[in-house]
Amino acid sequence: MMKSPSEASLSIVLTGSGGAGVMTAGQILLDAATNCGLYGFMTRSTGPQIRGGEAAAMIRLSSKPVQSPGDRFDILLALDFENLQRFADELPLDSASLIIADPAAGEMPGFLSNTGAAIGLVPMSKLAKGVKGGRIAMVALGILARLICLPEAAIIAAVAASIGRKKPEALAASEAAVLLGASAAPDVAVPKLPLPGAPEQGRWSITGNEATGFGALKGGVKFVAGYPITPATEILEWMAHALPKCGGVLVQAEDELASINMIMGASYGGAPSLTATAGPGLSLMIESLGLAVASEIPVLVVDVMRSGPSTGIATKSEQSDLNIAVYGLHGDAPHVVTAPLSVGDCLLTAQWSVHLAETLQTPVIMLSDQSLGQARVVIDRPEDVAFPTKRLAPEAPGAGNERYAATESGISPMAIPGFPGGQYTADGLTHNTRGTPSSQAKDHVGQLDKRQRKLDAFDFGAHWAEIDGEGELAVLTWGSTSEPLREAVAAARAGGIKVKLIALRLIAPTQPALLAAALEGVKRVLVIEQNHTGQFWRYLRAHYDLPNEVIPIHCPGPLPIRPGEAFAHIQEGARA
Amino acid sequence: MNMIPNVGKAFVPADYKSAVKPVWCPGCGDHSVLISFQRALAELAFPPEQVAIISGIGCSSRIPAYTNCYGFHGVHGRSLALATGLKVARPDLTVLVASGDGDGFSIGGNHFLHACRRNIDLTYVVMDNRIYGMTKGQPSPTTEPDWDTAIAPGGTGLSPFHPLVIALASGANFIARGFAGDIGGCAKLIVDAVRTPGFSFVQILSPCVTFRDDQQKGWKNLVHAAIVPETDDPSRAARRLMTDDGFNTGVLYRGNRKPYQPMPLAHHTPSHLETEFAI
Repeated sequence: MMKSPSEASLSIVLTGSGGAGVMTAGQILLDAATNCGLYGFMTRSTGPQIRGGEAAAMIRLSSKPVQSPGDRFDILLALDFENLQRFADELPLDSASLIIADPAAGEMPGFLSNTGAAIGLVPMSKLAKGVKGGRIAMVALGILARLICLPEAAIIAAVAASIGRKKPEALAASEAAVLLGASAAPDVAVPKLPLPGAPEQGRWSITGNEATGFGALKGGVKFVAGYPITPATEILEWMAHALPKCGGVLVQAEDELASINMIMGASYGGAPSLTATAGPGLSLMIESLGLAVASEIPVLVVDVMRSGPSTGIATKSEQSDLNIAVYGLHGDAPHVVTAPLSVGDCLLTAQWSVHLAETLQTPVIMLSDQSLGQARVVIDRPEDVAFPTKRLAPEAPGAGNERYAATESGISPMAIPGFPGGQYTADGLTHNTRGTPSSQAKDHVGQLDKRQRKLDAFDFGAHWAEIDGEGELAVLTWGSTSEPLREAVAAARAGGIKVKLIALRLIAPTQPALLAAALEGVKRVLVIEQNHTGQFWRYLRAHYDLPNEVIPIHCPGPLPIRPGEAFAHIQEGARA
Repeated sequence: MNMIPNVGKAFVPADYKSAVKPVWCPGCGDHSVLISFQRALAELAFPPEQVAIISGIGCSSRIPAYTNCYGFHGVHGRSLALATGLKVARPDLTVLVASGDGDGFSIGGNHFLHACRRNIDLTYVVMDNRIYGMTKGQPSPTTEPDWDTAIAPGGTGLSPFHPLVIALASGANFIARGFAGDIGGCAKLIVDAVRTPGFSFVQILSPCVTFRDDQQKGWKNLVHAAIVPETDDPSRAARRLMTDDGFNTGVLYRGNRKPYQPMPLAHHTPSHLETEFAI
């Protein structure tokens, strides 16, 4: 059993069928806990139904910052048992857990009763019916509040903030239902979390997709085009309202082929541009990403990865688009691939990705995923970061129009339309330094060289990876698995295991010298990632010198890699 | 319509010509269309740096590099999407799009529908020769059903696509047809298309001398100026476009739909939005 900081957390899952209000209740619980000074992480799981269907709001609360799911649930509160077995894999429970259910819901599914968890039966639907306009989810909130010692007043305040004070009757009904639930809570001991009280310093409640949008805005994005796709749509929806307030515009494209070309057109016109999509959409954009490489147009494509291939599981996560992001383009097409390391880190990584695209005049693919994008966290306000973003421009009007000049840095001055004397044709055809189409070897090689050079010569700075700790054992990962691994590493250290964590934010271009320095003194490496074939491990093997002992650990989605599971791997790695 | 005022400088067609020599076959209609572009731009008198010419892939799509304007020669079929992004981000520019019947109606067909529907202030010139020239003679969506080719021996047997009807049905605000052999006429249509707000579609019949030996001389005899004046009535336009012989030239429809141009609401710094997340 893992002894870790995660023991100071409490995980709660609320489940119910469509319309029961599970998601709203989960959000209210998180808000109330937040206002009492706790940090939190909330993710959701839903069935494939468009509306209704089964749903689960999974919440983890802690007095310390927490940005990944825990190993198990302390409490499962089921409003009903409808289709609940579909979530069986996603709801680790044990004999120390507590299940709250409604006796009117019928027989408890075996996968729940077999866990040995304590069971508390509360007639939630009956209690809700006793209040005019009372809702079962509000009764459930009252029960949970009492169990985890959150003041009912905090829940009621969060309800008021959620449904608004303009509806006094609904608010009164909710309040009555919450209080009824609280008084009906079973008298069962639940691990207590200290409630630090309202936080002194600023905190944010933000989802990964919102953080991505906000980071891109901070990076200077002024144009977005996109096509709806799960689980990336929230980035587009957030941008649709936020971007026009900051001098930008968004266009809903007819397909992803149009999205990528629209953002290239806008970027050619001087507007830092972004699109957001998932694997199927990225596949459609790949040809045009090659054009962005060849014509040196800066764009940011955010891929919120989901389980693939093909339609896969649109609502669930996987780190399986690394190969297409790195290798998908035809020809020799160097570009940048980044990956955020936590929900909150989507902010920094998106901002940095815009900086890299603009400065290097190249497409950047940012590999977020569903587990980051659609999760909500309560975090300390992130520090403001400023990047010296600059799209190199010609110095003076008419100063010559060598758009693709073979400069030492590989970065060439890029005139934007309207700039007198800077006219050129951006072209996917092999071209010379002026942009004129050419099929000559010297032009082909010269331009391939300069496009490679601008990535090779660039100093990506400290953001390329997060490196933490020392030891002969290292855990090497990327993207969303970083956060559960950070917890597992902390637990291992608490147990006396010396282990280093290296989490790559920059996937491409590779940084062999930097990783070699980071691996100095390391004898054994665990490479951990969430996909079926070990895409990251194979990528590392192709491009990096690794220690002799490399243990690849890769498992596909949709189930998350949990800290305890990673901890067991580290323990084993330390022994082997 | 470009809102940059004409600063009074006079321009000549040569001001819009680049030093790059076209790859087109001698006698190709696209040479004439290039001259029409240059004459039209001189007539419009926009400084070359205020004009962007966007294209996809194919013979016709080579046009941007032959002008002295800003240009973007993109991937096959996506020129309208490139142009949409550019015009939305930079409404101050004059944006023309050059395409062909394969690039525009086959691989780019979906973008054609949605560009008409969006009605962004663009001018879309499709050089239609009813054949794929660059890949050496395959049938396009406008090729006659019995035109014999190596990939479709004996002909495709398929009815040709009617781009003008589709443009009208999809919401294009200006629809015209020209013939490459009439350089002055095409220049006039391009000027008119640019000056008409919204999405303007100009089909130019541009003969292929290499893979369509019937067109260069044959079309000269078939084209004729439209005998009825342009209309702003979509139902009348639909009837005339549905029943025309494909060689009726001139402005065939001019509507009055308002162009689509999303604009920023404010110019706050992003930190202004932090309150959305702050607890």
